[in-house]
Amino acid sequence: MLRVDDLTLARGGVPVLTGLSLALAPGQGLILRGPNGAGKTTLLRSIAGLQPPLSGRIEGAEDRVAYAAHADGLKAMLSVTENLAFWARIFGTSDITPALDAFDLHGLADRLAGTLSAGQKRRLGLARLLVTGRPLWVLDEPTVSLDTGAVALFAAALRAHLAQGGAALIATHIDLGIEAQVLDITPFRASAATRVGASDEAFL
Amino acid sequence: MRALLIRDLTLALRAGGGFGLGLAFFLIVTVLVPFSVGPQAALLQLIAPGVLWLGALLACLLSLDRLLALDFEDGTLDLLLTAPLPLEGALSVKALAHWLTTGLPLVLAAPVLGVLLNLATPGYLWLVVSLALGTPTLSVIGCFGAALTVGIKRGGLLLSLLVLPLYVPTLIFGAEVARRGAGGQEVTTPLLMLAGITCAVIALMPFASAAVLRMGLR
Repeated sequence: MLRVDDLTLARGGVPVLTGLSLALAPGQGLILRGPNGAGKTTLLRSIAGLQPPLSGRIEGAEDRVAYAAHADGLKAMLSVTENLAFWARIFGTSDITPALDAFDLHGLADRLAGTLSAGQKRRLGLARLLVTGRPLWVLDEPTVSLDTGAVALFAAALRAHLAQGGAALIATHIDLGIEAQVLDITPFRASAATRVGASDEAFL
Repeated sequence: MRALLIRDLTLALRAGGGFGLGLAFFLIVTVLVPFSVGPQAALLQLIAPGVLWLGALLACLLSLDRLLALDFEDGTLDLLLTAPLPLEGALSVKALAHWLTTGLPLVLAAPVLGVLLNLATPGYLWLVVSLALGTPTLSVIGCFGAALTVGIKRGGLLLSLLVLPLYVPTLIFGAEVARRGAGGQEVTTPLLMLAGITCAVIALMPFASAAVLRMGLR
């Protein structure tokens, strides 16, 4: 479903990852690990198509990614239902009930997103993944500010997604209790030598 | 795209959305002008088209820094970039929403404020026509400026400095249509120029906006 070959990535003009390859089959989950600053977010942003790699190829990601990062893309002055319905329409789907069910948001459906707690906002942000209908989930620290109950809800939603033939690439430090491979990206850290001629920032 | 338009209009109308800010600013500027130049009906009549155009332009500028900055802060822009919507289309829709909530009310309010400035009778029609033709350009160029400064903390002032020079052609020909109309002169030439500028900007600017936004979000 996703193939990444010999990727070199930069953040702010400084290469952070080099020579990274990975592959994901339908139904497969892959957990990314690595210390802060190892380049997990940069890798996920590149796969989501938000920043181009310096070199290497990413195949099978275009128009198939549902991306979730630290910001959930929620509008404080729209209700939970309105927020979800907006993203559903943007991604060309219409049914938001399964998403409300999966993250136990029915009780909050008419609340303004601005009045939710941090964990509730996160649940709404993750529910957005379900309404996109996209097969490849690219998640950056999805469990931040979730309590154990909500983490279980998320793990269940993830398991259902994988069982339906979806795939997921997740940067996280906690154990989600799902069957997934783990990839430590520390060995792919770019050395100072990769810098030469690798940056386009100087000319912009 | 319709979903995005409806969402932007809904947000503008809800608390803190900023709908009416530009209109109130336009009103205040126009009311202050007669105070500052004195009660000379002839002089006011002479400067009315220019003042109304300048007021509308500055009122448009006022809400530009919210156009993309809010969506950037809450991550919506990143998510829109991964959505099946072409970014050019999304930015055009955002510019349209900005025009509907800022430009259109200015167009509708201008004739009322023309009375305060003793605008000559034949000028009302041409003032409305020139503003209706010109203000969409202000929103679309403004969207480009907003895309250019997205991610810069307190980029509002920089945005104004970047965008104002680009407003010059629209201001010249727009105000010229209103001025000639008020004086009962031929308006065809500036009117065609204004329409031409608007068409070109609406057709080409979204591509530039999308290109700089993609670069800015990297």
